[in-house]
Amino acid sequence: MTANKINRLTEIFTRHEKIMLEDWLREQLTALSARQDLISEPDLCRQSAEFLALFTPACRSGSLTDINSPEWKPVLDFLASVSRSRAIQGFSPSETATFVFSLKQTLLAHLRKELGQDAVALADEMWTATVLLDKLGLYTTEVFQKSREEIIKRQQMEMLELSTPVVKLWEGILAVPLIGTLDSSRTQVVMENLLQSIVDTGSRIAIVDITGVPIVDTLIAQNLLKTVAAARLMGAQCIICGIRPQIAQTMVHLGVAFGDVVTKATLADALAYAFRQIDCTVIQQAPRV
Amino acid sequence: MKPTHFEILPLQSDEDLVQVRQKLRARMVELGFTLVEQTKMVTAASELGRNALLYGGGGTARLESVEDSNRLGLRMTIEDQGAGIADIEQAMTDGYTSGSGLGLGLGGSKRLVKDFELWSEPGLGTRVTIALWK
Repeated sequence: MTANKINRLTEIFTRHEKIMLEDWLREQLTALSARQDLISEPDLCRQSAEFLALFTPACRSGSLTDINSPEWKPVLDFLASVSRSRAIQGFSPSETATFVFSLKQTLLAHLRKELGQDAVALADEMWTATVLLDKLGLYTTEVFQKSREEIIKRQQMEMLELSTPVVKLWEGILAVPLIGTLDSSRTQVVMENLLQSIVDTGSRIAIVDITGVPIVDTLIAQNLLKTVAAARLMGAQCIICGIRPQIAQTMVHLGVAFGDVVTKATLADALAYAFRQIDCTVIQQAPRV
Repeated sequence: MKPTHFEILPLQSDEDLVQVRQKLRARMVELGFTLVEQTKMVTAASELGRNALLYGGGGTARLESVEDSNRLGLRMTIEDQGAGIADIEQAMTDGYTSGSGLGLGLGGSKRLVKDFELWSEPGLGTRVTIALWK
Protein backbone atom coordinates (compact mmCIF):
# COMPACT_ATOMS: atom_id res chain seq x y z
CA MET A 1 0.00 0.00 0.00
CA THR A 2 2.66 2.47 1.05
CA ALA A 3 4.95 1.45 -1.76
CA ASN A 4 2.06 1.91 -4.13
CA LYS A 5 1.42 5.44 -2.89
CA ILE A 6 5.02 6.45 -3.24
CA ASN A 7 5.01 5.13 -6.76
CA ARG A 8 1.94 7.02 -7.88
CA LEU A 9 2.99 10.45 -6.62
CA THR A 10 6.56 9.98 -7.72
CA GLU A 11 5.42 8.65 -11.04
CA ILE A 12 3.31 11.68 -11.74
CA PHE A 13 6.12 14.00 -10.76
CA THR A 14 8.72 12.17 -12.80
CA ARG A 15 6.60 11.79 -15.89
CA HIS A 16 5.02 15.21 -15.96
CA GLU A 17 7.68 17.33 -14.33
CA LYS A 18 7.81 19.81 -17.18
CA ILE A 19 4.03 20.29 -17.53
CA MET A 20 3.60 20.42 -13.76
CA LEU A 21 6.25 23.08 -13.48
CA GLU A 22 4.46 25.17 -16.10
CA ASP A 23 1.06 24.72 -14.44
CA TRP A 24 2.50 25.47 -11.04
CA LEU A 25 4.22 28.61 -12.28
CA ARG A 26 0.95 29.82 -13.74
CA GLU A 27 -0.77 29.26 -10.38
CA GLN A 28 1.94 31.18 -8.57
CA LEU A 29 1.95 34.05 -11.01
CA THR A 30 -1.82 34.47 -10.61
CA ALA A 31 -1.56 34.31 -6.83
CA LEU A 32 1.37 36.71 -6.70
CA SER A 33 0.30 38.95 -9.57
CA ALA A 34 0.49 41.99 -7.34
CA ARG A 35 3.97 41.18 -6.05
CA GLN A 36 5.94 41.18 -9.26
CA ASP A 37 7.80 44.16 -7.87
CA LEU A 38 9.32 41.84 -5.28
CA ILE A 39 10.32 38.84 -7.37
CA SER A 40 10.92 38.55 -11.11
CA GLU A 41 9.42 35.81 -13.25
CA PRO A 42 12.78 34.19 -14.13
CA ASP A 43 13.68 34.07 -10.42
CA LEU A 44 10.37 32.47 -9.55
CA CYS A 45 10.82 30.01 -12.41
CA ARG A 46 14.29 29.09 -11.19
CA GLN A 47 13.10 28.64 -7.57
CA SER A 48 10.19 26.47 -8.65
CA ALA A 49 12.30 24.26 -10.93
CA GLU A 50 14.88 23.85 -8.19
CA PHE A 51 12.16 22.88 -5.72
CA LEU A 52 10.70 20.24 -8.01
CA ALA A 53 14.18 18.87 -8.72
CA LEU A 54 14.61 18.28 -4.99
CA PHE A 55 11.02 17.32 -4.26
CA THR A 56 10.73 14.46 -6.75
CA PRO A 57 13.76 12.45 -5.50
CA ALA A 58 12.61 13.03 -1.90
CA CYS A 59 9.19 11.61 -2.79
CA ARG A 60 10.87 8.64 -4.41
CA SER A 61 13.17 7.69 -1.60
CA GLY A 62 11.61 9.21 1.50
CA SER A 63 8.46 8.66 3.46
CA LEU A 64 5.55 10.80 2.34
CA THR A 65 4.24 11.17 5.85
CA ASP A 66 7.40 12.09 7.73
CA ILE A 67 9.15 15.19 6.43
CA ASN A 68 11.64 15.00 9.29
CA SER A 69 13.36 11.98 7.78
CA PRO A 70 16.82 12.62 6.29
CA GLU A 71 15.56 12.22 2.69
CA TRP A 72 13.58 15.44 3.07
CA LYS A 73 16.47 17.49 4.45
CA PRO A 74 17.48 19.04 1.08
CA VAL A 75 13.85 20.04 0.45
CA LEU A 76 13.48 21.62 3.88
CA ASP A 77 16.80 23.44 3.56
CA PHE A 78 15.76 24.82 0.22
CA LEU A 79 12.36 25.92 1.55
CA ALA A 80 14.08 27.59 4.49
CA SER A 81 16.29 29.60 2.15
CA VAL A 82 13.27 30.62 0.05
CA SER A 83 11.35 31.67 3.19
CA ARG A 84 14.27 33.63 4.53
CA SER A 85 14.84 35.49 1.29
CA ARG A 86 11.12 36.27 1.03
CA ALA A 87 11.03 37.56 4.59
CA ILE A 88 13.84 39.95 3.70
CA GLN A 89 12.19 40.96 0.41
CA GLY A 90 9.05 41.97 2.28
CA PHE A 91 6.57 39.22 1.36
CA SER A 92 3.72 38.53 3.77
CA PRO A 93 3.63 35.12 5.52
CA SER A 94 0.69 33.94 3.40
CA GLU A 95 2.40 35.01 0.19
CA THR A 96 5.42 33.00 1.28
CA ALA A 97 3.36 29.92 2.10
CA THR A 98 1.64 30.24 -1.28
CA PHE A 99 4.87 28.99 -2.84
CA VAL A 100 4.14 25.51 -1.55
CA PHE A 101 0.36 25.63 -1.25
CA SER A 102 -0.07 26.64 -4.90
CA LEU A 103 1.48 23.33 -5.92
CA LYS A 104 -1.54 21.60 -4.41
CA GLN A 105 -3.96 22.57 -7.13
CA THR A 106 -1.56 21.52 -9.89
CA LEU A 107 -0.87 18.22 -8.20
CA LEU A 108 -4.52 17.47 -7.52
CA ALA A 109 -5.44 18.22 -11.12
CA HIS A 110 -2.85 15.74 -12.33
CA LEU A 111 -3.93 13.12 -9.82
CA ARG A 112 -7.49 13.43 -11.01
CA LYS A 113 -6.39 12.98 -14.60
CA GLU A 114 -4.40 9.86 -13.70
CA LEU A 115 -6.81 8.20 -11.29
CA GLY A 116 -10.11 9.66 -12.46
CA GLN A 117 -11.96 6.35 -12.45
CA ASP A 118 -10.61 4.92 -9.23
CA ALA A 119 -12.36 7.00 -6.56
CA VAL A 120 -10.82 5.18 -3.58
CA ALA A 121 -7.27 5.48 -4.87
CA LEU A 122 -7.89 9.10 -5.81
CA ALA A 123 -9.13 9.96 -2.33
CA ASP A 124 -6.13 8.19 -0.77
CA GLU A 125 -3.61 9.93 -2.99
CA MET A 126 -5.23 13.31 -2.53
CA TRP A 127 -5.13 12.92 1.22
CA THR A 128 -1.44 11.95 1.19
CA ALA A 129 -0.55 14.81 -1.13
CA THR A 130 -2.55 17.35 0.89
CA VAL A 131 -1.02 16.33 4.21
CA LEU A 132 2.48 16.39 2.73
CA LEU A 133 2.11 19.82 1.13
CA ASP A 134 0.43 21.23 4.24
CA LYS A 135 3.41 20.16 6.31
CA LEU A 136 5.86 21.73 3.89
CA GLY A 137 3.76 24.89 3.68
CA LEU A 138 3.58 25.24 7.44
CA TYR A 139 7.32 24.72 7.60
CA THR A 140 7.86 27.72 5.30
CA THR A 141 5.62 29.83 7.54
CA GLU A 142 7.56 28.76 10.60
CA VAL A 143 10.89 29.65 9.04
CA PHE A 144 9.41 32.90 7.76
CA GLN A 145 8.29 33.83 11.28
CA LYS A 146 11.72 33.04 12.69
CA SER A 147 13.45 35.08 10.01
CA ARG A 148 11.19 38.03 10.76
CA GLU A 149 12.03 37.78 14.45
CA GLU A 150 15.72 37.72 13.60
CA ILE A 151 15.32 40.83 11.46
CA ILE A 152 13.51 42.62 14.29
CA LYS A 153 16.15 41.58 16.82
CA ARG A 154 18.90 42.84 14.54
CA GLN A 155 17.10 46.15 14.10
CA GLN A 156 16.70 46.46 17.85
CA MET A 157 20.42 45.91 18.26
CA GLU A 158 21.09 48.56 15.63
CA MET A 159 18.75 50.96 17.44
CA LEU A 160 20.63 50.27 20.62
CA GLU A 161 23.85 51.39 19.00
CA LEU A 162 22.33 54.23 17.03
CA SER A 163 20.43 55.96 19.72
CA THR A 164 23.20 56.37 22.22
CA PRO A 165 26.03 58.37 20.66
CA VAL A 166 28.36 60.37 22.86
CA VAL A 167 29.39 63.63 21.21
CA LYS A 168 32.15 66.03 22.11
CA LEU A 169 30.83 69.59 22.39
CA TRP A 170 34.02 71.29 23.48
CA GLU A 171 37.40 70.40 24.87
CA GLY A 172 36.47 68.73 28.17
CA ILE A 173 32.70 68.75 27.56
CA LEU A 174 30.75 65.68 26.36
CA ALA A 175 27.05 65.38 25.54
CA VAL A 176 24.77 62.34 25.39
CA PRO A 177 21.46 63.03 23.63
CA LEU A 178 19.12 60.32 24.88
CA ILE A 179 16.19 59.27 22.73
CA GLY A 180 13.41 56.86 23.62
CA THR A 181 12.85 54.89 26.77
CA LEU A 182 15.75 54.08 29.02
CA ASP A 183 14.99 50.47 29.74
CA SER A 184 17.70 48.48 31.41
CA SER A 185 19.61 47.20 28.37
CA ARG A 186 19.78 50.66 26.81
CA THR A 187 20.97 52.24 30.06
CA GLN A 188 23.80 49.78 30.20
CA VAL A 189 24.94 50.82 26.73
CA VAL A 190 24.61 54.53 27.56
CA MET A 191 26.61 54.11 30.72
CA GLU A 192 29.39 52.15 29.05
CA ASN A 193 29.64 54.56 26.11
CA LEU A 194 29.70 57.57 28.38
CA LEU A 195 32.29 56.23 30.80
CA GLN A 196 34.55 55.11 27.98
CA SER A 197 34.29 58.49 26.29
CA ILE A 198 35.14 60.25 29.55
CA VAL A 199 38.34 58.22 29.75
CA ASP A 200 39.15 58.66 26.05
CA THR A 201 38.67 62.42 25.97
CA GLY A 202 39.62 63.24 29.54
CA SER A 203 36.44 65.26 29.86
CA ARG A 204 35.40 66.88 33.12
CA ILE A 205 31.79 67.55 32.22
CA ALA A 206 29.14 65.31 30.67
CA ILE A 207 25.78 66.73 29.63
CA VAL A 208 22.94 64.20 29.53
CA ASP A 209 20.12 65.55 27.37
CA ILE A 210 16.74 63.88 27.92
CA THR A 211 14.67 65.99 25.50
CA GLY A 212 13.94 62.83 23.51
CA VAL A 213 12.83 60.74 26.49
CA PRO A 214 9.00 60.61 26.54
CA ILE A 215 8.54 59.78 30.23
CA VAL A 216 10.70 59.60 33.33
CA ASP A 217 9.34 57.06 35.76
CA THR A 218 11.10 55.83 38.88
CA LEU A 219 13.17 53.15 37.11
CA ILE A 220 14.32 55.56 34.41
CA ALA A 221 15.19 58.18 37.05
CA GLN A 222 17.09 55.57 39.00
CA ASN A 223 18.99 54.49 35.89
CA LEU A 224 19.90 58.10 35.11
CA LEU A 225 21.13 58.62 38.67
CA LYS A 226 23.28 55.50 38.47
CA THR A 227 24.88 56.78 35.28
CA VAL A 228 25.55 60.14 36.93
CA ALA A 229 27.03 58.46 40.01
CA ALA A 230 29.34 56.30 37.91
CA ALA A 231 30.57 59.33 35.94
CA ARG A 232 31.14 61.17 39.19
CA LEU A 233 33.30 58.34 40.49
CA MET A 234 35.48 58.83 37.43
CA GLY A 235 35.87 62.51 38.19
CA ALA A 236 33.36 63.92 35.73
CA GLN A 237 30.43 66.11 36.62
CA CYS A 238 27.09 65.36 34.98
CA ILE A 239 24.45 67.88 34.02
CA ILE A 240 20.97 66.64 33.14
CA CYS A 241 19.12 68.87 30.69
CA GLY A 242 16.15 68.84 28.38
CA ILE A 243 13.60 68.39 31.15
CA ARG A 244 10.35 69.46 29.54
CA PRO A 245 7.49 71.02 31.54
CA GLN A 246 5.29 67.91 31.53
CA ILE A 247 8.21 65.74 32.66
CA ALA A 248 9.06 68.16 35.45
CA GLN A 249 5.46 68.20 36.72
CA THR A 250 5.22 64.43 36.56
CA MET A 251 8.48 63.97 38.43
CA VAL A 252 7.31 66.28 41.21
CA HIS A 253 4.10 64.28 41.69
CA LEU A 254 5.93 61.00 41.46
CA GLY A 255 8.32 62.21 44.14
CA VAL A 256 11.55 61.49 42.30
CA ALA A 257 14.30 64.06 42.37
CA PHE A 258 17.71 64.23 40.81
CA GLY A 259 19.18 65.20 44.18
CA ASP A 260 22.30 67.32 43.96
CA VAL A 261 22.70 66.76 40.22
CA VAL A 262 22.70 70.02 38.26
CA THR A 263 19.66 70.16 35.98
CA LYS A 264 18.86 72.65 33.24
CA ALA A 265 15.85 73.21 31.00
CA THR A 266 17.72 73.24 27.70
CA LEU A 267 20.97 72.04 26.21
CA ALA A 268 21.97 75.68 25.66
CA ASP A 269 21.60 76.42 29.39
CA ALA A 270 23.62 73.33 30.21
CA LEU A 271 26.40 74.32 27.82
CA ALA A 272 26.54 77.85 29.26
CA TYR A 273 26.84 76.34 32.74
CA ALA A 274 29.52 73.93 31.56
CA PHE A 275 31.54 76.80 30.06
CA ARG A 276 31.47 78.59 33.40
CA GLN A 277 32.62 75.43 35.14
CA ILE A 278 35.73 75.09 32.97
CA ASP A 279 36.36 78.85 33.08
CA CYS A 280 35.65 79.37 29.44
CA THR A 281 34.03 82.58 28.28
CA VAL A 282 32.08 83.01 25.10
CA ILE A 283 32.18 86.57 23.84
CA GLN A 284 29.69 88.07 21.45
CA GLN A 285 31.73 90.19 19.04
CA ALA A 286 30.61 93.69 18.27
CA PRO A 287 28.72 93.74 14.96
CA ARG A 288 30.97 94.67 12.05
CA VAL A 289 30.02 97.94 10.45
CA MET B 1 -19.95 55.23 34.76
CA LYS B 2 -20.00 52.92 31.77
CA PRO B 3 -17.15 51.66 29.61
CA THR B 4 -17.47 52.54 25.92
CA HIS B 5 -14.43 50.89 24.43
CA PHE B 6 -11.94 48.47 25.85
CA GLU B 7 -8.82 46.55 24.99
CA ILE B 8 -6.80 43.97 26.92
CA LEU B 9 -3.05 44.03 26.45
CA PRO B 10 -0.55 41.40 27.59
CA LEU B 11 2.14 42.34 30.10
CA GLN B 12 4.79 39.66 29.98
CA SER B 13 7.94 41.47 28.86
CA ASP B 14 9.56 44.90 28.63
CA GLU B 15 8.38 45.05 25.01
CA ASP B 16 4.77 44.56 26.17
CA LEU B 17 5.23 47.45 28.59
CA VAL B 18 6.42 49.67 25.74
CA GLN B 19 3.31 48.63 23.81
CA VAL B 20 1.03 49.45 26.77
CA ARG B 21 2.58 52.92 27.10
CA GLN B 22 2.22 53.60 23.38
CA LYS B 23 -1.39 52.38 23.16
CA LEU B 24 -2.34 54.39 26.25
CA ARG B 25 -0.74 57.55 24.90
CA ALA B 26 -2.42 57.09 21.51
CA ARG B 27 -5.86 56.74 23.18
CA MET B 28 -5.23 59.82 25.29
CA VAL B 29 -4.23 61.88 22.27
CA GLU B 30 -7.43 60.70 20.56
CA LEU B 31 -9.54 61.78 23.52
CA GLY B 32 -7.80 65.14 23.64
CA PHE B 33 -6.01 64.97 26.99
CA THR B 34 -3.32 67.61 27.51
CA LEU B 35 0.37 66.81 27.26
CA VAL B 36 0.78 67.00 31.05
CA GLU B 37 -2.18 64.66 31.62
CA GLN B 38 -0.83 62.24 29.03
CA THR B 39 2.59 62.19 30.63
CA LYS B 40 1.17 61.70 34.13
CA MET B 41 -1.10 58.82 33.16
CA VAL B 42 1.54 57.10 31.00
CA THR B 43 4.11 57.44 33.78
CA ALA B 44 1.70 55.94 36.32
CA ALA B 45 0.86 53.07 33.95
CA SER B 46 4.56 52.48 33.36
CA GLU B 47 5.20 52.30 37.13
CA LEU B 48 2.32 49.92 37.81
CA GLY B 49 3.01 47.84 34.73
CA ARG B 50 6.61 47.39 35.76
CA ASN B 51 5.49 46.37 39.26
CA ALA B 52 3.26 43.71 37.71
CA LEU B 53 6.21 42.51 35.61
CA LEU B 54 8.84 42.54 38.35
CA TYR B 55 6.87 41.51 41.41
CA GLY B 56 3.76 39.88 39.94
CA GLY B 57 5.46 37.76 37.29
CA GLY B 58 3.53 39.46 34.48
CA GLY B 59 -0.16 40.00 33.91
CA THR B 60 -2.50 42.04 31.79
CA ALA B 61 -3.37 45.67 31.25
CA ARG B 62 -6.95 46.56 30.41
CA LEU B 63 -7.43 49.90 28.74
CA GLU B 64 -10.92 51.37 28.57
CA SER B 65 -12.60 54.60 27.73
CA VAL B 66 -15.29 55.43 30.28
CA GLU B 67 -18.12 57.88 30.33
CA ASP B 68 -20.46 59.10 33.02
CA SER B 69 -23.20 61.69 32.90
CA ASN B 70 -21.04 64.65 32.03
CA ARG B 71 -17.47 63.64 31.51
CA LEU B 72 -15.15 61.38 29.53
CA GLY B 73 -12.34 59.44 31.04
CA LEU B 74 -9.74 56.81 30.49
CA ARG B 75 -9.25 53.92 32.85
CA MET B 76 -6.48 51.38 33.03
CA THR B 77 -6.55 48.22 35.11
CA ILE B 78 -3.29 46.41 35.66
CA GLU B 79 -3.60 42.96 37.07
CA ASP B 80 -1.25 40.14 37.98
CA GLN B 81 -1.56 36.75 39.64
CA GLY B 82 1.65 37.09 41.63
CA ALA B 83 2.45 36.97 45.32
CA GLY B 84 0.27 39.97 46.18
CA ILE B 85 1.00 42.65 48.75
CA ALA B 86 0.89 41.68 52.43
CA ASP B 87 0.92 45.18 53.89
CA ILE B 88 -0.67 47.68 51.53
CA GLU B 89 -0.10 50.66 53.80
CA GLN B 90 3.60 49.91 53.98
CA ALA B 91 3.79 49.36 50.21
CA MET B 92 2.18 52.76 49.60
CA THR B 93 4.77 54.49 51.80
CA ASP B 94 7.34 56.50 49.86
CA GLY B 95 10.76 54.98 50.03
CA TYR B 96 9.65 51.46 50.92
CA THR B 97 10.56 48.78 48.42
CA SER B 98 10.71 45.00 48.60
CA GLY B 99 13.00 45.02 45.57
CA SER B 100 15.80 47.34 44.48
CA GLY B 101 13.80 50.28 43.14
CA LEU B 102 13.34 53.73 44.63
CA GLY B 103 10.14 52.73 46.42
CA LEU B 104 8.14 55.58 44.96
CA GLY B 105 6.13 53.79 42.29
CA LEU B 106 2.87 53.01 44.10
CA GLY B 107 2.58 56.20 46.14
CA GLY B 108 3.80 58.26 43.21
CA SER B 109 1.27 56.73 40.82
CA LYS B 110 -1.53 57.56 43.22
CA ARG B 111 -0.45 61.19 43.26
CA LEU B 112 -0.28 61.29 39.45
CA VAL B 113 -3.87 60.29 38.70
CA LYS B 114 -7.34 61.30 39.92
CA ASP B 115 -8.67 57.82 40.66
CA PHE B 116 -6.51 55.12 42.18
CA GLU B 117 -7.79 51.84 43.50
CA LEU B 118 -5.59 49.03 44.77
CA TRP B 119 -6.75 45.52 45.52
CA SER B 120 -4.36 42.82 46.60
CA GLU B 121 -4.60 39.49 48.32
CA PRO B 122 -1.45 37.64 49.40
CA GLY B 123 -1.05 34.59 47.20
CA LEU B 124 -3.74 35.66 44.74
CA GLY B 125 -2.35 38.70 43.03
CA THR B 126 -2.70 42.44 42.71
CA ARG B 127 -5.03 44.66 40.75
CA VAL B 128 -4.63 48.38 40.38
CA THR B 129 -7.11 50.61 38.60
CA ILE B 130 -6.21 54.15 37.65
CA ALA B 131 -8.31 56.69 35.82
CA LEU B 132 -8.05 60.22 34.59
CA TRP B 133 -11.04 62.39 33.67
CA LYS B 134 -11.36 65.20 31.22
